[in-house]
Amino acid sequence: MSASKLTPMEAPAPRVWGPLRGLYGGRTHAVVARGMRVIARNNWLIVLTGFFEPVFYLLSMGLGLGALIGGVEFYGHEVPYAAYIAPALMAVSAMNGAIYDSTMNVFFKMRYGKIYEQMLSTSLGPMDVALGEIVMALFRGLLYASGFMVVTTVLGLNLSWTALLAIPAAMVVAFGFASFGLAITSYMKSFQHLDLVWFMMIPMFLLSATFFPISVYPEWAQWVIMAFPLWHGVDMIRQLTTGLIQPSIWVHLGYFAVMILLGVTMATKRLKALFLR
Amino acid sequence: MAQPVISARGLTKRYGAFTAVDGIDFDIAPGESFGFLGPNGAGKSTTMRMIAATSTRTDGTLSVLGLDANHHGPEIRAQLGIVPQGDMLDEELRVIDNLYVYGRYFGLPRAYVKARSEELLDFAQLREKRTARVDGLSGGMKRRLTIARGLINNPKVMLLDEPTTGLDPQARHVLWDRLFRLKEEGVTLVVTTHFMDEAEQLCDRLVVIDKGTIVAEGSPQSLIREYSTREVLEVRFGSARNEAAAGRLEGIGERQELLPDRVLIYADNGEQALQAVTERGLEPVTSLVRRSSLEDVFLRLTGRSLIE
Repeated sequence: MSASKLTPMEAPAPRVWGPLRGLYGGRTHAVVARGMRVIARNNWLIVLTGFFEPVFYLLSMGLGLGALIGGVEFYGHEVPYAAYIAPALMAVSAMNGAIYDSTMNVFFKMRYGKIYEQMLSTSLGPMDVALGEIVMALFRGLLYASGFMVVTTVLGLNLSWTALLAIPAAMVVAFGFASFGLAITSYMKSFQHLDLVWFMMIPMFLLSATFFPISVYPEWAQWVIMAFPLWHGVDMIRQLTTGLIQPSIWVHLGYFAVMILLGVTMATKRLKALFLR
Repeated sequence: MAQPVISARGLTKRYGAFTAVDGIDFDIAPGESFGFLGPNGAGKSTTMRMIAATSTRTDGTLSVLGLDANHHGPEIRAQLGIVPQGDMLDEELRVIDNLYVYGRYFGLPRAYVKARSEELLDFAQLREKRTARVDGLSGGMKRRLTIARGLINNPKVMLLDEPTTGLDPQARHVLWDRLFRLKEEGVTLVVTTHFMDEAEQLCDRLVVIDKGTIVAEGSPQSLIREYSTREVLEVRFGSARNEAAAGRLEGIGERQELLPDRVLIYADNGEQALQAVTERGLEPVTSLVRRSSLEDVFLRLTGRSLIE
């Protein structure tokens, strides 16, 4: 511009390589920065409301029901009931945060706000956008999980120092749900479709060894539950907060690694199909 | 022509059985203002999306800034300013943040984007609206903000899809003034429009596009010279009698068009043509002599009017 005092600067060429050329520009952080700015400029309370749900479950079922139940057996050890369900609720809060962000928020941005169309009019690639949105969902998961961790620590429900690892583990859980949530949301055409997601989450929440061991079910039902991601998250975090760590923790991590990989690939493909037709 | 910044040969886009763009050829020179003129659904926006590398072509070749648009999307878009049809602004962000955040998408440094955003705020004449919410801006303000945002990366080429559709006349003139400034600074402008006055105002050269194909190409003046007469006489006899009257007008002017509400008589001298009409004993309810416009060119080429 003639009136410009600035030396005009050209946008740097995207850092692209190999098969990711055209898909990824190495600028996920710009997408995250946008999300953070929106949160900073709007009401923080909206972010925090989702945190209370598992806290109320913990207070009512853990402390209330726990007084009647006593203890539950976990990998051969008796664990107080509240300490048994606390890690499960932490996995649930990570899941809720990630799913809320990657479905409701993403759906709105995709269909109404046209935010992704704007982003993809720049040198960002669809994978920058997908990863950026997943990081935002992870951030929400992190907030929920850390807040919950504070509550359980105060209540003395963390039985081992390995409980510290529960936060990164909750991040893994959130990452898995966020990437999958993003991929699924890209197929949704109306808010009614989002109800399906919540319809899936309620049985998963209630049945995935959250409030009682899955050994109460017939064997076939146990296999079904173990096929769903929440059970892996619950068992993994429970091993960490109780200190009863089993080799199966690697299976849980592997499960989420596959879920993340599939979710990110699918979400990138879908964003490309939707906005770079 | 200097090495073109955008060059298309046999450019085609099909959606299933529907062909939106059907084998078009064009070259756009650096610093040129180039227009795609055509009615809604002619394939203008699809062509723009292919240039912006946000849509992949089905067939033909398309080179933008020397790169193949199908394979170098992010590199091409790094050098483009895109002003989409309708305003796609980030309604969750304030006016100034719309500029800043968009600049960061391009990977430009923070301090630079900050200074550049303030500068563009003045260019868009939105200084007073700096921290306003976007959804409260008027149509003209939103469009100016969208254009300012598209300039954040100092693009070599600016793509403007229907830049003044939906704006009132005053807002259009303000916008045209901003676009003239860009043109003076050597930015290549690629504009789609279905307004003939806009095409005449903004474009050095244009293609008339209809049903996915190019039907004519040239400067607005040369197109008018080639496909129309210097002047046009518009006469109205009342909707029931236009057709009957048209039958008795034969031989007046070079050519005539019968429209539902009026008859157009193409002549180099409109006043003389009007005299000839009255000499035949016909008394039009209203008559108007005007200069030929691109609307007439379009009517001649396609038999239809631009705005339907």
